[in-house]
Amino acid sequence: MSHSLLPLATVLIPVITGIMVFFLDESQRRLRTVLNLSGAVLNLLAALVMLVGVFQEQAFAWRWPLLAGLELYLEADAFAMLFTPLSAGLWLVTTVYAVGYMEHYHNRRRFFGFFSLCVATTMGVALAGNLLTFFVFYELLTLSTYPLVVHRGDARSLAVGTIYLRYTVGAGAVLLVGLIWVHSLAGTLEFTEGGFLAPFQEHDTSLRIIFFLLVGGFGVKAALVPLHGWLPMAMVAPAPVSALLHAVAVVKAGAFGIVRVVYDVFGVTFAHSLGVTGILAVWASLTILYGSLRALAQDDLKRRLAYSTVSQVSYIALGVSIAGPVATIGGVVHLIHQGVTKITLFFCAGNLAETLHIHKISEMDGVGRQLPLTMSAFTLGALGMIGIPPMAGFITKWYLGLGSLEAGQPWVILVLLASTLLNAAYFLPILHRVWFRPARHAPPPPAREGPLLLLLPPLITGTLALLTGLFAAAPFTPLEWTVLITEREYPDGYHASP
Amino acid sequence: MVIAIVLPLLAAPLCLFMSRRVLFGLHLLVSLLSALAVGVLMREVMAAGPLRYAVGGWGAPLGIDLQVDGLSLAPLLLTALVMPPVSLYAHDYLTQPAEQQLCFWPLWYLLWSGLNASVLTADIFNVYVTLEVLTLAAVPLVVVAGGAEALRGAIRYLLFALLGSLTYLLGVALLFAAHGTLDMVALAGVWADDLPSAVGLALISVGLLAKGAIFPLHIWLPPAHAAAPAPVSAVLSALVVKVGFYLLARLWLWVAEPGAQAALLLGLLGAGAVFYGSLQALRQGRLKLIIAYSTVAQLGYLLLLFPLASATALSGSLLQLIGHGLAKAALFLAAGNVLHVLGHDRVRDFAGLGRRLPTTWMAVGVATISLTGLPPSVAFLGKWQLLEAAVDQGQWWCVVVLVGGGLLAAGYLFRILAHAFVDDPAYPDAHPLPWTLAWMPLALALLALLMSFLGAPLERLLLPGNPFAGTP
Repeated sequence: MSHSLLPLATVLIPVITGIMVFFLDESQRRLRTVLNLSGAVLNLLAALVMLVGVFQEQAFAWRWPLLAGLELYLEADAFAMLFTPLSAGLWLVTTVYAVGYMEHYHNRRRFFGFFSLCVATTMGVALAGNLLTFFVFYELLTLSTYPLVVHRGDARSLAVGTIYLRYTVGAGAVLLVGLIWVHSLAGTLEFTEGGFLAPFQEHDTSLRIIFFLLVGGFGVKAALVPLHGWLPMAMVAPAPVSALLHAVAVVKAGAFGIVRVVYDVFGVTFAHSLGVTGILAVWASLTILYGSLRALAQDDLKRRLAYSTVSQVSYIALGVSIAGPVATIGGVVHLIHQGVTKITLFFCAGNLAETLHIHKISEMDGVGRQLPLTMSAFTLGALGMIGIPPMAGFITKWYLGLGSLEAGQPWVILVLLASTLLNAAYFLPILHRVWFRPARHAPPPPAREGPLLLLLPPLITGTLALLTGLFAAAPFTPLEWTVLITEREYPDGYHASP
Repeated sequence: MVIAIVLPLLAAPLCLFMSRRVLFGLHLLVSLLSALAVGVLMREVMAAGPLRYAVGGWGAPLGIDLQVDGLSLAPLLLTALVMPPVSLYAHDYLTQPAEQQLCFWPLWYLLWSGLNASVLTADIFNVYVTLEVLTLAAVPLVVVAGGAEALRGAIRYLLFALLGSLTYLLGVALLFAAHGTLDMVALAGVWADDLPSAVGLALISVGLLAKGAIFPLHIWLPPAHAAAPAPVSAVLSALVVKVGFYLLARLWLWVAEPGAQAALLLGLLGAGAVFYGSLQALRQGRLKLIIAYSTVAQLGYLLLLFPLASATALSGSLLQLIGHGLAKAALFLAAGNVLHVLGHDRVRDFAGLGRRLPTTWMAVGVATISLTGLPPSVAFLGKWQLLEAAVDQGQWWCVVVLVGGGLLAAGYLFRILAHAFVDDPAYPDAHPLPWTLAWMPLALALLALLMSFLGAPLERLLLPGNPFAGTP
């Protein structure tokens, strides 16, 4: 019984939380906080119970027929169990942060209501067991994040919101066509380890078009160039929203979609034989380089982080498009690594804006002395993004590089190298300013960290980014879990020993 | 079956003698009983397939025959779902003096009865009668609130409706002269590919296109639907125009055998409706006009049934019909609340409404999901099936229409929604709305969403008696 209800509960808990929050009065601050936090904790618990269960080879699945041959299907498979605990965990941290951050904002009821709905849809994306369910929650994600993006309600937010919708709703339409085509061809949409389209090899032209319809549809949220335009603009949203959009929800939903398409719809071997993964690899590489180059030129901190996201998320696409188990590990584990690392950076950017009203990199001289803890977390995040050992980001790059050699595509190493240099070029100067330049106001004001609610979240995630890298080989880390998934994806004998 | 028609008819004169409070009870009673009647019909059709009933036991050539199958259950069910909440809403919305309300309620129940009768009758002449009943009830309802704009809209509506009836009647006369029967089943049996049949069918179809406000005979719809009081607009857009589509489907797929060319023509009209209606909706500055043009566009999807002609497409278009009906009624009721509070419906002056009318605005948001065909909504399931039929048959132009229409709908609907996020602290607080006004739009919009979880039984309900049984 509980085996079918747990996945459903993981989606419904935040929905119910959200609806209850809508009905609270704007002034019932304490009750709203209690509701939000208990929802987040409950959700994390449900996710962890499923994680342990799946590790012991239990099955958690919930089905609901919508039409003949079409059903909503939530299933805690190995991939889902990578993404679900990540989302649930980061949601809890972000909720804490948002409670502190949104203190002075209007309309908090609306904000937290949609915030919860947004998490519900992310859970749905994570647990979707077929393409239809994925699509349903993917579209709902657009709808639940739109109010968050335009939350400020000024003319600029609204204009950005419209652009956001143009990109995402358009992507949804493309995706829908791809989905229907798959369904009409194969008669099923259910994710299968190793893919389910290989038997329809004779329709290879259609399948190639379908692949790019699906990847294009997901590529908008995963911000593949030139579909990335909405992402830097969406920075008008409040900081917790940016953190959530970049690290967990929107961008990750897109990347996760690409992972699902390659592994569970086409199957990586079949996709490789169609010749589509090569194109995806080049596409992802271009995005990695383009994002980094654009990041260099930004003075606005959040925009630099945004372009960095454009670049970093494509590591995932790159990893899955190299047909080989080691690269798979690198790409998939980056879902987690990029998540914890990038969310740290956004929390810190939010703190800078909130406590010191600093938005630009050129204003960051010497802030390390004023916000030592925040900036330490920021440093951890930045080093992780560059991929310096022993940070989590290093693990990703290590596996990606090894994987490209194993698959006989050494040019990928060059991309990784160039990208690492660029990452260093846009992060290290920030660190230099923060720690080594004198403060703009002489004498420098004393250390003055923001409230605890804003300080704890980046410290926690920053530490996580360090620990997942440092103890990558220990049991129950994202890396170990990814190796397990990879062993299932490549059944004919692969043993992870790089 | 008879109950569904007679019940509202009985209620009509009763309204004249009731005080407001008792009237509210009457709405509840009629709603409950009609829901019960439709429920029983649904169960019987699910169990035993299509039913036929001869009123008074007279039988086909002389008496009045009624029939019900999957196709008629769709509008019946929609009527049973939409009328009750809209009636309760109307009860609190209409603030005219009592004498005018005296006119309103009998006409309202006459309309309800006409809606059920027109989809239950089995004979093309009785269809004419019920269509006239609908027209004669609907046109005065448009003007019930008074005003020059409403009067102009109503007169144009009346003109088109009467012309439509006239051409329809001409067509019926031709068919009767050629085949000597008016009964739908008998007519299907003797249908021949000769000139009188073709001309008769063409005349009937033109008449129904005018009644159903299908592009390019839609031009009466936006002024009439925009000027009518909100509950009336809701019922006109959600239910009354659907009758035209229902009858077209009945005649084209069950009775006659028109060629693929003619079916393609209808499909192209649908495509024209989708694009023309959506573009017009994008250009409008007033909420009710946007919603009205959106109806023109959404009716276009339904016509894709004719070129696609398969069981999947049939169930898809009926689901789209139900989904659109519920969401559109919700939107018009929401627009009614906006007019009630602001006194105007200019979209660019909507700042602050989101906070002032939270449930209304939520209803607009939820209805948007349905009307853009996003999941999870009944309209999404309908669109999915239409798309699937189109892809299966390689009719890619239908895919373009369906997907393009969805994108355009997102364009004009999110334009409305966006304004709610602008905060205008200078806004005065309004008196709270009565609960019927505040909650009925949201209830309808949520129904359009949540019924999608009943999609599988719904689909089974719509297929009994379909002409594609046996073909994949």
